Amino acid sequence: MKRFVYINDDESSPTHGLYCDNRISNRKYTLFNFLPKNLMEQFSRFMNQYFLLIACLQLWSLITPVNPASTWGPLIFIFAVSATKEAWDDYNRYLSDKTANEKQVWIVRKGIKQHIQAQDICVGNLVWLRENDEVPCDLVLIGTSDPQGLCYVETAALDGEIDLKTRVIPSACTGIDFELLHKIKGVIECPNPDKDIRRLDANLRLFPPFIDNDVCPLTIKNTILQSCYLRNTEWACGVAVYTGNETKLGMSRGIPEPKLTAMDAMIDKLTGAIFVFQIVVVIVLGIAGNVWKDTEARKQWYVLYPDNDPWYELLVIPLRFELLCSIMIPISIKVSLDLVKSLYAKFIDWDREMIDLETDTPSHATNTAISEDLGQVEYILTDKTGTLTENKMVFKICCISGNFYGNEVGDASKDKRLLNAISSGSPDVVRFLTVMAICNTVIPVRSKTGDIVYKAQSQDEDALVHAAAKLNMVLTNKNGNILELRFNTLAIQYEVLETLEFTSDRKRMSVVVRDCQNGNILLLSKGADEAILPCASAGQQTRIFNEAVEQYSQLGLRTLCLAWRELKEDEYEEWSFMFREANSTLVDREWRIAEVCQRLEKDLEVLGVTAIEDRLQDGVPETIYTLRKAGINFWMLTGDKQNTAIQIALSCNFISPEPKGQLLLIDGKTEEEVGRSLERVLLTMRTTASEPKDVAFVIDGWALEIALKHYWKAFTELAILSRTAICCRVTPSQKAQLVQILKSCDYRTLAIGDGGNDVRMIQQADIGVGISGREGLQAARAADYSIGRFRFLRRLILVHGRYSYNRTAFLSQYSFYKSLLICFIQIFFSFISGVSGTSLFNSVSLMAYNVFYTSIPVLVSVLDKDLSEETVMQHPQILFYCQAGRLLNPSTFAGWFGRSLFHAVVVFVISIHAYAFEKSEMEEVGMVALSGCIWLQAFVVTLETK
Amino acid sequence: MEIASGPSTDLSAARTIPIDSSSILYEFKQQNLPACKPVLKPSYVITTFLLLGFIFLPIGLTTLCASRTVVEIVDRYDSECVPGAFRGNKVSFIKDSSLPKNCSRILKVRKHMKAPIYIYYQLDNYYQNHRRYVKSRSDQQLLHGLKSSNTGSCEPEESNNGLPVVPCGLIAWSLFNDTYTLIRGTKKLSINRKNIAWKSDRDSKFGKQVYPHNFQNGTLIGGGKLDPNIPLSDQEDLIVWMRTAAFPSFRKLYGRIEEDLKADDVIVVHLMNNYNTYSFGGKKKLVLSTSSWLGGRNDFLGVAYISVGGSSIILSIVFLLFHIKIPR
Repeated sequence: MKRFVYINDDESSPTHGLYCDNRISNRKYTLFNFLPKNLMEQFSRFMNQYFLLIACLQLWSLITPVNPASTWGPLIFIFAVSATKEAWDDYNRYLSDKTANEKQVWIVRKGIKQHIQAQDICVGNLVWLRENDEVPCDLVLIGTSDPQGLCYVETAALDGEIDLKTRVIPSACTGIDFELLHKIKGVIECPNPDKDIRRLDANLRLFPPFIDNDVCPLTIKNTILQSCYLRNTEWACGVAVYTGNETKLGMSRGIPEPKLTAMDAMIDKLTGAIFVFQIVVVIVLGIAGNVWKDTEARKQWYVLYPDNDPWYELLVIPLRFELLCSIMIPISIKVSLDLVKSLYAKFIDWDREMIDLETDTPSHATNTAISEDLGQVEYILTDKTGTLTENKMVFKICCISGNFYGNEVGDASKDKRLLNAISSGSPDVVRFLTVMAICNTVIPVRSKTGDIVYKAQSQDEDALVHAAAKLNMVLTNKNGNILELRFNTLAIQYEVLETLEFTSDRKRMSVVVRDCQNGNILLLSKGADEAILPCASAGQQTRIFNEAVEQYSQLGLRTLCLAWRELKEDEYEEWSFMFREANSTLVDREWRIAEVCQRLEKDLEVLGVTAIEDRLQDGVPETIYTLRKAGINFWMLTGDKQNTAIQIALSCNFISPEPKGQLLLIDGKTEEEVGRSLERVLLTMRTTASEPKDVAFVIDGWALEIALKHYWKAFTELAILSRTAICCRVTPSQKAQLVQILKSCDYRTLAIGDGGNDVRMIQQADIGVGISGREGLQAARAADYSIGRFRFLRRLILVHGRYSYNRTAFLSQYSFYKSLLICFIQIFFSFISGVSGTSLFNSVSLMAYNVFYTSIPVLVSVLDKDLSEETVMQHPQILFYCQAGRLLNPSTFAGWFGRSLFHAVVVFVISIHAYAFEKSEMEEVGMVALSGCIWLQAFVVTLETK
Repeated sequence: MEIASGPSTDLSAARTIPIDSSSILYEFKQQNLPACKPVLKPSYVITTFLLLGFIFLPIGLTTLCASRTVVEIVDRYDSECVPGAFRGNKVSFIKDSSLPKNCSRILKVRKHMKAPIYIYYQLDNYYQNHRRYVKSRSDQQLLHGLKSSNTGSCEPEESNNGLPVVPCGLIAWSLFNDTYTLIRGTKKLSINRKNIAWKSDRDSKFGKQVYPHNFQNGTLIGGGKLDPNIPLSDQEDLIVWMRTAAFPSFRKLYGRIEEDLKADDVIVVHLMNNYNTYSFGGKKKLVLSTSSWLGGRNDFLGVAYISVGGSSIILSIVFLLFHIKIPR
């Protein structure tokens, strides 16, 4: 389960040639297997198999009523179109692979730098990169131009995050100079390739003479992954560990499963029903035909039936009818549906009213096939931060060692008392500001104009650092491990010893720093209240902080607790050893690290609480109100605290305040508590179900986990009963699980989110909508639709979703209608032509009917609007129709079926009577009946489109 | 640590979307193309129906009148023209070529008939639209004669004694061959048998250089024979016959009389009852008919127009009553 990578290895090493080269291949086909593979794929669909069977039967001239070309033509056309599309996509993939593979890179071979093509990189090669180069494969850094061994990478292609990330060389490699790097030897022990781009648990051991023979741990921070870009660093070099399709990126590639809309499923069902109907018709007419042949046709001397039939004679007439009726299932339906669907998607892309003017991002439909589902949404599961809110964090108020600042003015940075405290240098306040300024992973960057720009991975940290700067504690520079601060006019330096990173389990992060003035070692921590306050030293009163947290979250603010502690030199040394050990474990590293961190983060002195505001986006309350009225239920799934979540929910119309609405809490720490609580809520839900009261339940992540594990059934019932729910402190996988529950109850779900933690939920839901927001583009990439702002959701659902649904409902049923119309006439005609399977229409006009007269004009219906956009927006209740699937279901379809039957009778009766006797000539009657059909269906189209 | 500019600025390089709000393409993209949206107000509906009724009724009346001016004489002769001795076994009579097939019928003209008077033969229960039958022809051969080898569709009348048959196929083989001679008083009425087929058929579908070949030479004799010295394009009976009928009852043009027939004229028809419809119980009729601008006598269209027009007027009145009684 491990691979050993020998650095700078040559032909003689044991692992040479064991791993694949760096050739990237995203291709689905090769030149030779394209035709068979593509055909196989296309024929795996039932519809295509059916059409092929029909087309093959038509080759038998004895039974074919029409020219085989009338089926082969469209069939080949459809196949050619989709094959060409596939081939074109594949060719483009091939081209982009080729450019990537043939890119020139510098590697070291036998101690000499060489220029080779990227595809020839082997595992173990030393690869040199210059500034702005794309990384050709997964590398473990061993040297950079930076004296501290830092380099910066842009990982946008990998995870969609646009900020720069710092990468650092492993400690064992520090101090190796440029020349020596060419000759470096060693072995890297790393796990087999996987697709986790946030994790690498590996070890590095350098061979002598390269200093210590110790094992040095490697993490993802020591790597630069394929498709990232090297930025702001003159050069970097690294060892190739994963190459080709085995890189982290290569492993995570994959085609997500195509989503099928409810409508498609319904159309498939109806197609099946029509198929059954067709078989019945064929059997009945086949039997009737054979009977008529034996009783009547043999007397008709001019037909000259032979006396002794071949063995297949009995089958001939049924098969003829099968072919005659084969047009019942219109071959054009798939093509025209695909066409209009891509048009719907284009309409979304083009919509000027869904462009985020602030960032100039238009909406985009990545998945072109599911627009109709938008009109049938029943549940919307939404993230809070960044989706409902701006995710533009602003530090508002704080509480420092029991003193509340900024409560009156609403902005601590304008509070006179705090400013006074800062200028007088109150030690508590200074510590508080220090923690705000340096307990983070922010990188200060000096821009050309001399201003300091902060590059932060987390919006909270960004807000804190900015606020600290505003309060005269400016983080001016980060030079390797040395941090430079300027407080008032005083310059302070800290050396960062360790960073205890933030994880969603720990919910806090800490740094260990050494004060360069007096050499004291400090532990600075910040994190969620429930992660920090229990770690407070026994003597400290945390009640006041609890109150502060409570009070702030009542205001809908995000709170963070800040704490610190002085460490003794030996305590740190001892801990540091354990930490390094934990860092180099290969198994369960994350857990081990968390455990070790726990040992240090204790007896903290809590300094205070910060409160950060995350403003609601424009139009969120209105959007939720409108969509609510349209009968859509809302669930909020957030990782934030319960109080904050409820406050936000209240402020954006999510839940109604007390007299009108009611909040039911599900909590508890143990199985029984949760069970009891759930039971109680369920009881209230059942009794209030009939009352016009907004009842919502609130559950937190912990209780949710228990509920999902032990009370699945009760929770599912609750999910069905409640129109609103708030789930706080939930993990990404729980979000996905909740989507799964609603889906299993046959609800159409839409998940909307903006961050990486929403990706799973977005992929799981019937429709995933991503907000191309500040937390990167990850969600928007995984989503079916990406929009700039939450409020566009209203337009997306009510206008685009509804129109798409209506149009597809019409188009699909109409397709069946016009085919059935022709088919019924053929069937009626067979009764007056001796049930022998004669086609009234000739092949050319049949084909023209299907293609020109009916398929193309009806495409106008993609512009059909039954009601104006304003009307729909004002009366969102109209969406009930779509949700319930009123426009496409077996009964509406029966209506169309009846309509086509009726129209066929009318056309047939009129043409046989008007053209009786001397005018009764085959071609003439056929043409008349056909033009009758064309006029009728054109009339239907004009009547139905508004 | 001299970091110049973050790469993140690349992304914010503003995407400017050109605004061209006047063009049709723009309107199309925003789904704002102009549209007319008729609202189905009761008054509109009533007016529409009323209008429809008032347009359809006169059309229907005119059509019906035109159809009624057509005078038609229909005479079924298939059973009458079998001698009494064979009434029980008509098939053996018709199949016995040694028996004389001539027969006389007397027709009385009830109303004045204006020239041209069309003579049709009508067959009932005859399935010219049967699939085996319809397909059994070769359009290639009809145009190019023996030069064309594309006669596979003519089965089972493709060749005879190893020689190809021209014209091949069941349709030609079963050519109708009853003949009629009309006598008014003592004078024979001349029947014009030219130009009874479609001009386009004569000119471009049946070859001018194609002569019947090896036709009706087999053991199984179907219908009529053809003069091997006349090209197919002049064999108008055949051309008419080869335009297959869509229904089991059909009329085909036999010829035209180009003089008026007065009321109470008595016409004697001498006919050769050659064609076998007895084996499948088909009927044969002789039809003399004048024509109007609409063609032959056919009340259907007129009746249909009148009924649609009438019913829409009735509907509009019903709606009107509803609208007055229960206004919305």
